[in-house]
Amino acid sequence: MLGLPPDIWQPVRLTVELAAITTLVLLVLGTPLAWWLARSRAWWKEAVAAVVAMPLVLPPTVLGFYLLVALGPNGVGGPIAGLWGARTLAFTFEGLVIGSVLYSMPFVVQPVRNAFEAMGDRPLEVAATLRASPLRAFWTVAVPMALPGFLTAAVLGFAHTVGEFGVVLMIGGSIPGETKVLSVAIYDYVETAQWREANILAGGMVVFALTVVLAMTLLGKRMARVGV
Amino acid sequence: MKLLRTFTAVIGLAAGLASAPALAAETNVAVAANFTEAAKEIATAFKDRTGHTAVLSFGSTGQFYNQIRQDAPFQVFLAADDDRPTQVVKDELGVDGSVFTYAVGKLVLWSKDVGAVKGEDTLKVGTFQKISIANPTAAPYGAAAVETMKALGLYEMLAPKIVQGNSIAQAFQFIETGNAEVGFVALSQIVGKAGSSWNVPQDLYEPIRQDAVLLKKGAGNEAATAFMDFLKSAEARAVIEKYGYAVVD
Repeated sequence: MLGLPPDIWQPVRLTVELAAITTLVLLVLGTPLAWWLARSRAWWKEAVAAVVAMPLVLPPTVLGFYLLVALGPNGVGGPIAGLWGARTLAFTFEGLVIGSVLYSMPFVVQPVRNAFEAMGDRPLEVAATLRASPLRAFWTVAVPMALPGFLTAAVLGFAHTVGEFGVVLMIGGSIPGETKVLSVAIYDYVETAQWREANILAGGMVVFALTVVLAMTLLGKRMARVGV
Repeated sequence: MKLLRTFTAVIGLAAGLASAPALAAETNVAVAANFTEAAKEIATAFKDRTGHTAVLSFGSTGQFYNQIRQDAPFQVFLAADDDRPTQVVKDELGVDGSVFTYAVGKLVLWSKDVGAVKGEDTLKVGTFQKISIANPTAAPYGAAAVETMKALGLYEMLAPKIVQGNSIAQAFQFIETGNAEVGFVALSQIVGKAGSSWNVPQDLYEPIRQDAVLLKKGAGNEAATAFMDFLKSAEARAVIEKYGYAVVD
């Protein structure tokens, strides 16, 4: 690869970091939420589910616009950033994580919720008769049974964060090594007519996307066959 | 069947409307983001004078250039620089001899905070955390901002504080939302806005000559050629100057 700018791989590394951290945060936050959505009988739970699902419908520019305001000095981001002497959470890696978590939330919560719902009450009731505490039943029965759902959630959450563009463009400020992720780097290369570099990154994304979709399909089939 | 008939009727109607000869002509104009406000006012005046409609699209010059190369349906291109219009002609997508400088852009350092910007000292002291500029490789105002910082010998010091907007419009938006305290924007963007600013002296950066070009798609379009002429009129030039640009003869 002669003559390539040495910094062409930096956005790749940054994107993988962002997607990995976002997925981790989403699994931690999303699992209790999905559990509650699956098990609760509260009448307003579907309203919560709808809020979680909103990024599926909203243009990323809506989220980007509100985040830019919310992360800034006049929003909640300002005081938080003030804790370490900054003025805004925009233009930071942390800001991108917040944006990505909101943006990819439905892709993690939905599969996990579905998996918990598909399991039904029975396994937990059985666990209870065997004197398992609710917490123990959750870890030793519910989570293993919902594993395919978790796997789908992790893959989708990761992939969707990698594919994010509008939100990061609007709140990122395109800082190399901090907020200049793959999709933004590609946009910049295209914008400045560096089509060779754009082609390398964009081609890589096509391969990545194809691999993810194919893997998901095959995984789904295999799981259906073994009956989990 | 009823549904099908309705469907056919709607399609037929739409096709009829699209192919009907317009009374007044219409032209699609790609406008560099920094020229947005001036272009809107010029388009209104253009409509009043000629009856023609200029449909404006706003974006970055780099993106428009790519789109024009990919056969975008623009007939006139008002760029933010003098490279891209010349290049468009070289690519045989623009009409030879139609390129002219419609405006010369002025760079300012701007803050929403009334006391924040006090000449070049603001840059030297550098008490701000973020300074917003447009992408220097894609946007001429971004390049001019970098030139200015280098001319003052401050680029190395300020580089870690730079955030890049994709166009000058986004660079402005970062300051407007308070996420960056200061930034280099076009004078045209802050005309009539509160805050504090420093007009960067012309000797610190190359003049930002903004050229217009008639695209080949517009060569036979009455509205497109009329718009190019109108841009050179005294009326349009007055608007351009009002928005903080210089005009050349």
